Amino acid sequence: MARLNINGKILDVEVEPDTPLLWVLREQVGLTGTKYGCGVAACGACSVHVDGVVTRSCTLPVSSFTADQKIVTIEGLSPDVSHPIQKAWLELDVPQCGYCQSGQIMAAAALLATNPTPSDADINTEMSNICRCGTYNRIRAAIKLAAENTKRG
Amino acid sequence: MTIAQNLSRRTFLAGSAAATGGLSLGFHVPFAQAQDAATTPEINAWVVIKPDDTIVVRVARVEMGQGTLTGLAQLVAEELDADWSKITTEYPTPGQNVARKRIWGDFQTAGSRGIRGSEDYMRKGAVAARMMLVQAAANEWKVPVGEIKTAKGVITHAGSNRSTTYGKMAAAASKLEPPKDVKLRDAKDWTIAGKPLKRLDTVEKLSGKQIYSIDLKLPGMLNAAIKETPYAGGKVKSFDASKIEKMPGVKKVMKLEDTAVVVVADTWWRAKNALDALEVVWDEGPNANVSSASIAAMLKEGLDAKEAFVGNKAGDVDAALAGAAKKIEAVYAYPYQHHMTMEPMNATAQWTPEKCMVWTATQNAEAALATAVEAAGLPLDKCDVTRLNLGGGFGRRSSSHDFVKQAVLVAKEMPGTPIKLIWSREQDVLHGTFHPTTQCKLVGGLDDKGNVTALRMRISGQSILATLRPQALVNGRDPATFQGLNAEGPEGQFGYEIPNLLFDHAMRNPPFRPGFWRGVNNNQNAIYLECFVDEMAHAAGQDPLEFRRKMMAKFPKHLAVLNTVAEKAGWGKPAAPGVYRGLAQHMGYGSYVAACAEVSVSDKGELKIHRIVASTDCGHVVNPQQVAAQIEGSFAYGLSALLFGEMTAKGGRMEQENFDTYEVVRMEHMPAVESYPIPSGGFWGGVGEPTIFVAAPAVLNAIFAATGKRIRSVPLKNQDLRKA
Repeated sequence: MARLNINGKILDVEVEPDTPLLWVLREQVGLTGTKYGCGVAACGACSVHVDGVVTRSCTLPVSSFTADQKIVTIEGLSPDVSHPIQKAWLELDVPQCGYCQSGQIMAAAALLATNPTPSDADINTEMSNICRCGTYNRIRAAIKLAAENTKRG
Repeated sequence: MTIAQNLSRRTFLAGSAAATGGLSLGFHVPFAQAQDAATTPEINAWVVIKPDDTIVVRVARVEMGQGTLTGLAQLVAEELDADWSKITTEYPTPGQNVARKRIWGDFQTAGSRGIRGSEDYMRKGAVAARMMLVQAAANEWKVPVGEIKTAKGVITHAGSNRSTTYGKMAAAASKLEPPKDVKLRDAKDWTIAGKPLKRLDTVEKLSGKQIYSIDLKLPGMLNAAIKETPYAGGKVKSFDASKIEKMPGVKKVMKLEDTAVVVVADTWWRAKNALDALEVVWDEGPNANVSSASIAAMLKEGLDAKEAFVGNKAGDVDAALAGAAKKIEAVYAYPYQHHMTMEPMNATAQWTPEKCMVWTATQNAEAALATAVEAAGLPLDKCDVTRLNLGGGFGRRSSSHDFVKQAVLVAKEMPGTPIKLIWSREQDVLHGTFHPTTQCKLVGGLDDKGNVTALRMRISGQSILATLRPQALVNGRDPATFQGLNAEGPEGQFGYEIPNLLFDHAMRNPPFRPGFWRGVNNNQNAIYLECFVDEMAHAAGQDPLEFRRKMMAKFPKHLAVLNTVAEKAGWGKPAAPGVYRGLAQHMGYGSYVAACAEVSVSDKGELKIHRIVASTDCGHVVNPQQVAAQIEGSFAYGLSALLFGEMTAKGGRMEQENFDTYEVVRMEHMPAVESYPIPSGGFWGGVGEPTIFVAAPAVLNAIFAATGKRIRSVPLKNQDLRKA
């Protein structure tokens, strides 16, 4: 059994301790917004926040978490698609197929939280998630737009 | 509708299988009113209007990121004079399509046909619906139809100062005879189509709420993981199921069709975990000695083989080459590549002796249904497929529905229980339908003024149709091999006037299964052709742009996109210090595309792609924002292929299994993209694929300009780009 703090709720889940957080989210908790893409932490589709830090959940066993650690998934980022990153994404119509976008949004939200005005180089370094539709340029523009909107308040 | 009217199981299976191969079946699709609508009566097959004015647009194509859903809805809303804020969409099922004599035509979303393959009948359906709504109001108000106006879903009669909404008139309209004569609006009068409207499907993609096929949950559902033999033509030799049968959650361990092992468990993670713990002994089969090297040797032999299928021929190429003032020759090669959709293949199936239902992400729901029917062993009318959202398609989800077949076969072993079969990424990479591998030998002849008098192009390598759709071969020849090299349009016309030419194909089929891969054979054909044209320009001592222009007088649309990128990129004017330019143009899927790439190469051989300027003439643009998005995305896909894309074979199997060994373009690699659509009207070209063709050759030509090195084999990760 594991006790987890997911999107502000404490949940007890019955799983083998080596089950990756990704599959606990998807199969035990029912939060399918976090995606399976590779299972080897290479693509970023499974990105969530753990205490505000963007984390690839597909290789992290659930046993490595305590109930003190705050896990936030795409479903918990905002109640109504109102996070500045989500708003910028909507304004620039970023997603194509959308499958990687939960992970992209979580990575971008974490970036903006620690670096309110990221440079192109910062974005290149921090945004390493794969998008096969090729929305990268819109992601870059949307991060900058969100940064600008946040600065203006 | 001759075929469809008496659609037998066999006809359907054959027909939908053919449709997967990108071949039009030429069905006439009417927009007649249906009689069997269960809930809200439809105006016709394409348009349902609910009493609250919500409009449901039925779409035969699928949305996989390319924006087709929004684009088709725009075209319908345009002709319907609808209120855009009331527009929603839905997918009919292939079973409904069969039951209604294929009223929605084919369900294929491939070949960049999403919009151009549907625009005519959907727009006509919308016009008919509007006319019927107007007629219904005219009947009620007893006024002439000609005095009634429609706008934003409201019907108005100014003379009597009356108005009503589409929702209020829909029931009456649905009872009327559909009009026989419908007139489509001229594109210059569009107010909804042609505009950069926001996509209809964005919000759910930002909240994690969008349900993809892999996210489906059904009551009582179990999950299945599968491991197929990694060896081409190999089999399962043995495994000891007892080793894992007692692992947590495991319900069943089974062999599937001599080639795979499946574990069914309560959760997918438990199924996969158990499968990973199972030791499977494989029979490596007849191809255990096949490697990338042996495949390359097989293709190399074809470059000079006597027998070959001719694709395009003019004049006497041998005589012209013999008489040429200058002759140049080069050999190019293109590897196997993987689609790498972000969502791995998966399907859910539920089988009982009475019926079989499938839920999946597919680019061709009719082919998925045909696959399900065969696997289920049930009559066509006892099976159906519900389409769920796709996490990418790129041709993989139209090339083969092997995952559907497997899901149904597993479900058949557990009657009544819904089975969700998900491929692990490793299973997905090893069992792709790969971009085919080819080599190409080119020989060009120049006269003493540097004009091209002859071009010989011998392609050697794999045919997609020979494996996937052998019935589509024409006397053994695969016409798709010559994409972009054909003498005539409108699908993919060769855009240079060369008096003597011969393009032919020595078919050599290695044992790895090929598939339709976004852009398909245009991808390598554009590299072979456009890089070799650059080589000929260099040999002639001429500017690559001027050299091309001389041969393009008879191809004004090809020329226009080339001129656009040259002008916008500033061709002929100096680039930034250390930055060099390369050009490419190509035509495919009905559209004309060109690109100018700007690159620099460091002393250490590190490539940086600074900017790509692109132009497209796709005839009509339905949504400029989405066209721009497709152009940008095409560069990410095409540059992934150029920089990293390669599946290598060793010991009869592919070596790559995941994103850690199959790298693709990420944010750090992505250049700035400027796109300049120049829609010339009068035709409908595709957008999802064409730009990919020019991504690689434009960059390769820029690398030559920067380094003096001709790279004739991709991907670039294997190449030393340091200056020659």
